[in-house]
Amino acid sequence: MAIFSVYVVNKAGDLIYQLDSYSPRAEAEKTFSYPLDLLLKLHDERVLVAFGQRDGIRVGHAVLAINGMDGNGKLSPEQGSSGIEMLETDTFKLHCYQTLTGIKFVVLADPRQAGIDSLLRKIYEIYSDFALKNPFYSLEMPIRCELFDQNLKLALEVAEKAGTFGPGS
Amino acid sequence: MSRPAHRRPAYHKIGYGIGTRLVEDFLARSCVGRCHSYSEITDIIAQVAFKMYLGITPSVTCNNSSRNEFSLILDKNPLVEFVEELPAGRSSLCYCNLLCGIIRGALEMVHLAADVTFLQDRLKGDSVTEIGITFLKKREEKKYRRKK
Repeated sequence: MAIFSVYVVNKAGDLIYQLDSYSPRAEAEKTFSYPLDLLLKLHDERVLVAFGQRDGIRVGHAVLAINGMDGNGKLSPEQGSSGIEMLETDTFKLHCYQTLTGIKFVVLADPRQAGIDSLLRKIYEIYSDFALKNPFYSLEMPIRCELFDQNLKLALEVAEKAGTFGPGS
Repeated sequence: MSRPAHRRPAYHKIGYGIGTRLVEDFLARSCVGRCHSYSEITDIIAQVAFKMYLGITPSVTCNNSSRNEFSLILDKNPLVEFVEELPAGRSSLCYCNLLCGIIRGALEMVHLAADVTFLQDRLKGDSVTEIGITFLKKREEKKYRRKK
């Protein structure tokens, strides 16, 4: 599977939904949170993880790009930055879409997988259709809605089929 | 105008619950970006949101010079299309408060505090139906702390 994980984070930063599709390459599952628990340092003109280990990102992993900019881009959400939208490493790409209401949708995928932006928008639609319209679902709580699971998996399959041969997003 | 205390909050509260969820559906489907002014927000509510969910486009007027009070004038209110007049004994019912609650709930989810009320109501003999939106001071964006 080219899409490794999907996470949904609420306004307070709690993880309210998690979907993992394991594959031999998916060692690096990263939970999205700020501040980063990793200490990064510049070494040989590359930004490497110097200390700290977080869900598969170990010492020695190199950061390839953040928000599409090279490793010297700002990591901090302060000073005008709006937060991480895309984090690229050598084994995966982490995409994040933050809604105007503060919900964050995070997708970990193969670096060559295309169409993740439209997948994130689709996940937002699925969230609004099957989680929010479920009368038993309370806002900001963990999502335990069967229809949400089913439709999300369907959307992931469609995205994988459509995106594998396209240009990297 | 006085209303029975136990009735007035109920519709507004139901509307508030609807609004907090409807806003995500609206944002997911309409692809509107971040707004930069209160009048932009009110225009989007009138021209995109009302159109999407009720099929009508109210007109927008600004009521004060500091540009934080607006009115939406509805020439047609789909919620009362089949109501000729309020039933006897219920003349103080304002069940379109639902709409006010929806707008207030939706705005609160995008961190905007607002007072939304019905200023005029055709059912009560006024010439038009008018919803007033008053934007209150923006809440400071709190730094949310992780619950342990």
